[in-house]
Amino acid sequence: MYVAVKGGEKAIANAHRLLADRRRGDRSLPGLTIAQIIAQLGLAVDRVMAEASLYDPSLAALALKQARGDMIEAIFLLRAYRTTLPRFGTSVPLETGRMQVERRVSATYKDLPGGQLLGPTFDYTHRLLDPDLLDETADVEAPARRAGETEAVMRVSDILDGEGLIEPDGEMPDDHVPGDLTREPMEFPMPRDLRLQALARGDEGFLLALGYSTQRGYGRTHPFVGEIRMGLVEVEFEVPELGLTLSLGEIRITECQMVNQFKGSAKAPPQFTRGYGLVFGQSERKAMSMSLVDRALRTSEFGEDVTAPAQDEEFVISHCDNVQATGFVEHLKLPHYVDFQAELDLVRRMRARHKPAEETTEHEEAAE
Amino acid sequence: MSAPDTRPAPGQDSAGETELAAYNFAYLDEQTKRMIRRAILKAIAIPGYQVPFASREMPMPYGWGTGGVQVTAAIIGPEDVLKVIDQGADDTTNAVSIRAFFQKVAAVRATTHTADATIIQTRHRIPEHTLQEGQVLVYQVPIPEPLRFLEPRETETRKMHALEEYGLMHVKLYEDIARHGRIATTYAYPVKVHGRYVMDPSPTPKFDNPKMHRSEALQLFGAGREKRIYAVPPHTDVVSLDFEDHPFEVQQFDRPCALCGATHVYLDEVVLDDRGGRMFVCSDTDYCETRQAEGHVGEMLATTATDREAAE
Amino acid sequence: MSDMPLLKVRSLSKFYGNRIGCHDVSFDLWPGEVLAIVGESGSGKTTLLNCLSTRLMPSTGDVQYRMRDGDYRDLFRMSEAERRVLMRTDWGFVHQNPADGLRMTVSAGANVGERLMAVGDRHYGRIRATASEWLSRVEIDTDRIDDQPRAFSGGMRQRLQIARNLVTSPRLVFMDEPTGGLDVSVQARLLDLVRGLVSDLGLSAIVVTHDLAVARLLSHRMMVMKGGHVIEHGLTDRVLDDPREPYTQLLVSSILQV
Repeated sequence: MYVAVKGGEKAIANAHRLLADRRRGDRSLPGLTIAQIIAQLGLAVDRVMAEASLYDPSLAALALKQARGDMIEAIFLLRAYRTTLPRFGTSVPLETGRMQVERRVSATYKDLPGGQLLGPTFDYTHRLLDPDLLDETADVEAPARRAGETEAVMRVSDILDGEGLIEPDGEMPDDHVPGDLTREPMEFPMPRDLRLQALARGDEGFLLALGYSTQRGYGRTHPFVGEIRMGLVEVEFEVPELGLTLSLGEIRITECQMVNQFKGSAKAPPQFTRGYGLVFGQSERKAMSMSLVDRALRTSEFGEDVTAPAQDEEFVISHCDNVQATGFVEHLKLPHYVDFQAELDLVRRMRARHKPAEETTEHEEAAE
Repeated sequence: MSAPDTRPAPGQDSAGETELAAYNFAYLDEQTKRMIRRAILKAIAIPGYQVPFASREMPMPYGWGTGGVQVTAAIIGPEDVLKVIDQGADDTTNAVSIRAFFQKVAAVRATTHTADATIIQTRHRIPEHTLQEGQVLVYQVPIPEPLRFLEPRETETRKMHALEEYGLMHVKLYEDIARHGRIATTYAYPVKVHGRYVMDPSPTPKFDNPKMHRSEALQLFGAGREKRIYAVPPHTDVVSLDFEDHPFEVQQFDRPCALCGATHVYLDEVVLDDRGGRMFVCSDTDYCETRQAEGHVGEMLATTATDREAAE
Repeated sequence: MSDMPLLKVRSLSKFYGNRIGCHDVSFDLWPGEVLAIVGESGSGKTTLLNCLSTRLMPSTGDVQYRMRDGDYRDLFRMSEAERRVLMRTDWGFVHQNPADGLRMTVSAGANVGERLMAVGDRHYGRIRATASEWLSRVEIDTDRIDDQPRAFSGGMRQRLQIARNLVTSPRLVFMDEPTGGLDVSVQARLLDLVRGLVSDLGLSAIVVTHDLAVARLLSHRMMVMKGGHVIEHGLTDRVLDDPREPYTQLLVSSILQV
């Protein structure tokens, strides 16, 4: 006798139990601590914080641990937590000009006030596997540090701006409330602040591919890295009731200012244009990709034709969120048998019409 | 950077040592619920119109019912009785998971009986048992825009809706008939609501479309990833698009349910063996079980195992 | 029947910044009349056509259109919804490149039938019969009805585009270089077809062309444009046989020399 499949509940509980087992793995090995993940897998933690848009290294590390190292799953976990947090208000815009710079490079000037500062970068390492890391017995040398206080370093875009060579940074009216696409319905076309928010949360791989495509001719922007800087900035919060501005602490961010080919018209003299990228933590790849895509998305603002995917706001913004994308792609594994049944039935009927009449009869007889 | 704080992380599974954060009733905070309720009210006021809303990130993946879950969370109260189905069944894994979610965060009573439920959240089916006044059917919607596959741009489709430019919709049906001799759309079959907006009924089989027409129940549709809510208020006209000489028709099954003998219901095909043996049973499990409890017997239950062996 | 103009154009100008698109154009178009706008590229003829067909907002001036109920309406004061209805019922627009005016991935039958469905025809058989009839009128084999225009030659595509536009019996058709992309023998056949349809249906048409032969064959009247201005305007035969403006004389003589 046929018995319909039952017990979804039990199956789910068992699956979760197995998952927990696999996450923990070999019990004879010590479990990873959150502190270890923060200390030794810092760039993974940074990416989770950036794409979850929540700056909290310990929760990001916890999410990574819980997700067994699956980045998008970890981002998802942290996002689902973020959405439940109350909003107290909006911080004062970060003053990246006052950043305590840990790395700062410019591709447009050989030397400049504040100098080029390589910082902790993979650049110029030879990608040779290092057997010393197999067992961390060898001591790692302490870094060399410059003596004295770090000083604020002027931004390259300010150098260009001083001469009027680059378009002014977007000025918002005083009463402008920054948009928040996690709190307001999204509509196209979108103002640039919302677009930048979407890109900052966007998938690193997707933005990388789009940025790359602009370099290969799908929406060229003729970019120069004006400046990349990474370091700590202070987050400040204005309390109007108290009439003062409080410091909430410091966060590490990466900022990229891309300087792009000039634009001018009969009325306005030519100027370089800007593409902007800002990411939580240390992620140059993401900040650079973001600034390429930001500039590409400003195409129609400069009266150019939208021809390439990276320039298409609806296309880019609608598809850059990896939590949305993974959910929808993976939902295909949910049961669809009701709809499939409908299609099955239709295909059978249509195929039956195609067959010569006698063949159909024969087949039916044989089946009986 | 300050030392890692020890804020309790949200406990999402009941397994553990993690301290459960105190979630609001039905998970969403009250402000969010009000925002969603405003969207729902607007949707009810303009039947079939897709109202944008600020969909929240939910603790389940996009595409897995986040829109329906948000709608349910915004309307559910402690007195409600909830039923959740997926593919018509109460015990499919995703339905189980969503029901468990609400039992946990809203502590509401759950049921599998269509008639007892005040809110029914569904994916891909409308229950066979006719819905009554006072019941709310919440649909999970993956792609709310019926014009999307004809026109990918949101800016353009919104204009088409605003100007009631739906010719393209019939072009698609025309092409179906020209190519296949019939309208080859079997699910997510477009409907016109209240004589104005063309609407996607979510991927329910077109078999269920007639149930939407002038239903006594309130029908709410939530699309979380696409951030849209729309509605069909009770007693509203819902007409499936068609041609006069190729009228809309629903799937017909040429046999009754093998378990309960029901006819004129939607059936799932169950493959019994690798020799082409198959049977058809109600997709609506509650409907089927209720009928069996009432003494209705389908051919598969009537036949004993030995009979079946002998027959083969 | 034609005691009132179909279209009244008054002082129509379009500027792009401080560059002139077209300047101070006024004329009347009468029912059943075909007007050719000729000029070299950059003369402003396409700008004018786009303003007249409301695809472009003019900078100044107005265009009054006589609706089927006999009332005149200012095209630029209509809502977008009203304009779109007008465009898919009472008007046609034939693009130079048929791909701009056709749906390349749906069948020829659906291409012709789309306008009927847009205005509410809901009978498949009738839509198909009408589509089939129009395919024969534009000399396309009716057994091609389920083929996509991708599989059609350039001339066939252009004829299909014409059928798609005429199926709702519009009263006014705009044509932008309708024979532009076609080779000479195909051009002649198309012109012949268009001339026949226009006179059979009593259509009014505004045809933009750089080709004086097209103007000669299709139009009753013509306007010659240069630098955004209409420099000569009159009956086609008169303008071509007895051009008054030196520029028109040059145009006419250059074509005659070829």
